[in-house]
Amino acid sequence: MSDKDEAVTDEKVIEVKNLSISFGEQQVLKDLSLYLQKGENLIVLGKSGSGKSVLIKCITRLLQPNGGTISVLGKNVNEATNKELGELRKKIGFLFQSGALYDSMTVKENLQFPLRRIKKGIAAKDMQEKIEETLENVGLKDALNKMPSQLSGGMRKRIALARTIIVDPAIMLYDEPTTGLDPITSNEISSLINDVQKKYKTSSIVITHDIACARLVADRAVMIRDGELYAEGKLEELEKSDDEWIRSFLK
Amino acid sequence: MKNFQPIIKAKNYTTEKSIKLTEKTIETAESAKSFFTSVGDFSVFILRVIKETFSLPFEFREFLKQCYQIGNKSLPLVGITGAIMGVVLTIQSRPVLNEFGAESMLPNMVAVSLIREIGPVITALICAGKVGSGMGAELGSMKVTEQIEAMEVSASEPMKYLVVTRVMAATLMIPLLVIFADTMGMFGSWLGVNIKGDLNIALFFSHAFSSVDFIDFIPAVIKSFFFGAVIGIVGCYKGYNAGRGTESVGIAANSAVVLSSLLIIIVDLIAVQITDMMIK
Ligand SMILES: Nc1ncnc2c1ncn2[C@@H]1O[C@H](COP(=O)(O)OP(=O)(O)OP(=O)(O)O)[C@@H](O)[C@H]1O
Ligand SMILES: [Mg+2]
Repeated sequence: MSDKDEAVTDEKVIEVKNLSISFGEQQVLKDLSLYLQKGENLIVLGKSGSGKSVLIKCITRLLQPNGGTISVLGKNVNEATNKELGELRKKIGFLFQSGALYDSMTVKENLQFPLRRIKKGIAAKDMQEKIEETLENVGLKDALNKMPSQLSGGMRKRIALARTIIVDPAIMLYDEPTTGLDPITSNEISSLINDVQKKYKTSSIVITHDIACARLVADRAVMIRDGELYAEGKLEELEKSDDEWIRSFLK
Repeated sequence: MKNFQPIIKAKNYTTEKSIKLTEKTIETAESAKSFFTSVGDFSVFILRVIKETFSLPFEFREFLKQCYQIGNKSLPLVGITGAIMGVVLTIQSRPVLNEFGAESMLPNMVAVSLIREIGPVITALICAGKVGSGMGAELGSMKVTEQIEAMEVSASEPMKYLVVTRVMAATLMIPLLVIFADTMGMFGSWLGVNIKGDLNIALFFSHAFSSVDFIDFIPAVIKSFFFGAVIGIVGCYKGYNAGRGTESVGIAANSAVVLSSLLIIIVDLIAVQITDMMIK
């Protein structure tokens, strides 16, 4: 773990302050504040339905919060113009909980889609190399010409991960990267997350229920309860906490 | 006590009625409000589509793919329907024309009604069913499975990639399909004529087109462009604004067909008025 800490600096790449959002009557997040430091992996824990996915959707302005401010790389997300938002989104990788692979495209086209748009003017040969390399990283080299409907759930998840990391984003938002995977693949994905962090100095938010994965990748963890920040700290510290709820979560 | 009974009853009756009335008014007001908000939403959507259409870069690859999807894949359906309409129209018109001793006018009459009205409207309605529901379902399922959001975060504009390409493709392809349906309809009509007569094909066509003017053809083509735009925009609008559950995919597809069919008829009504005014 100690070699990981060195990469983390004090610079805050994401800063969420007093975020609140509700859907109709239902208040999902209220007064949530947290930050992500440059180069760190931040684990977000919380019960199902506590608004973890909503949080990262607010960070990318897929959802508009009711209150609070979010700044990403020093830019206020909700005040950014469309153009600025586009630039910002190019630097953010977003792994959807559902994978969100483009059903009408092959795996290869799925991976080309962000490459073409974010790395404009990339040569065909480089693109091919990059695609093969990334697919190898997620262990699915032969899936190149398959359609998403031909893949298993876990394979879809890994292709979705490949599609996200292929453009080397500065910030990664992983929504449950290891859910539905077997322990071995799950471990491989966890170490892939660590590799990405080291290689590209990526700062990441990792939402997960998988404690094994959390132990492997976490530099720091936050817990969300009832729409607010409930606990924050190193995973080892949280595990030793007196709080019943926190410990029952990390068992 | 007994004396009061009727009065109390009467009172209750009136209050009940007034409560019912207010409820109904509120209900009507609510539905009127939601009607106007959806009209507003729809207009905003159209404006965004227009704005995105004229901003670069244009997603040419996807546009071609959609043209293929819409044009090529509807050919058999549109062709068969057109041919059958031609046959039916001919068989049905024959007795009427016979009565006036104008049976020789049969090709002319079928050509005019096919080109002016039947071809464009039937083709558009069929495509509203085939293409419109397809778009509603496809975009709807992309919305539900977060694919549209995924496009947004990979710094591409799904409005441009998904919607503009589809609307443009539909706008371009429907007129072509209409022309194809007209042609097939004419062949159908020739078959229809030959059921009870004997007319060679060259003669048939020269007869038919002797009374078809530019003024029959041009408004029909212009109208078809609008039909195409309606199908594309409504299909995409319904899909793009689908709700969150899987059931909303079906709702999107279904309401796309209903709304675009209705709008096609309305556009047709307007088009008829305009052509009528211009001919005068
Ligand atoms: N677009 C939306 N419209 C309405 N309600 C929403 C929307 N998105 C999320 N919600 C609601 O917000 C709450 C939090 O959802 P969210 O997906 O963030 O949970 P989560 O913490 O990610 O849970 P899980 O661990 O199961 O993924 C849920 O009750 C959900 O119904
Ligand atoms: Mg979630």
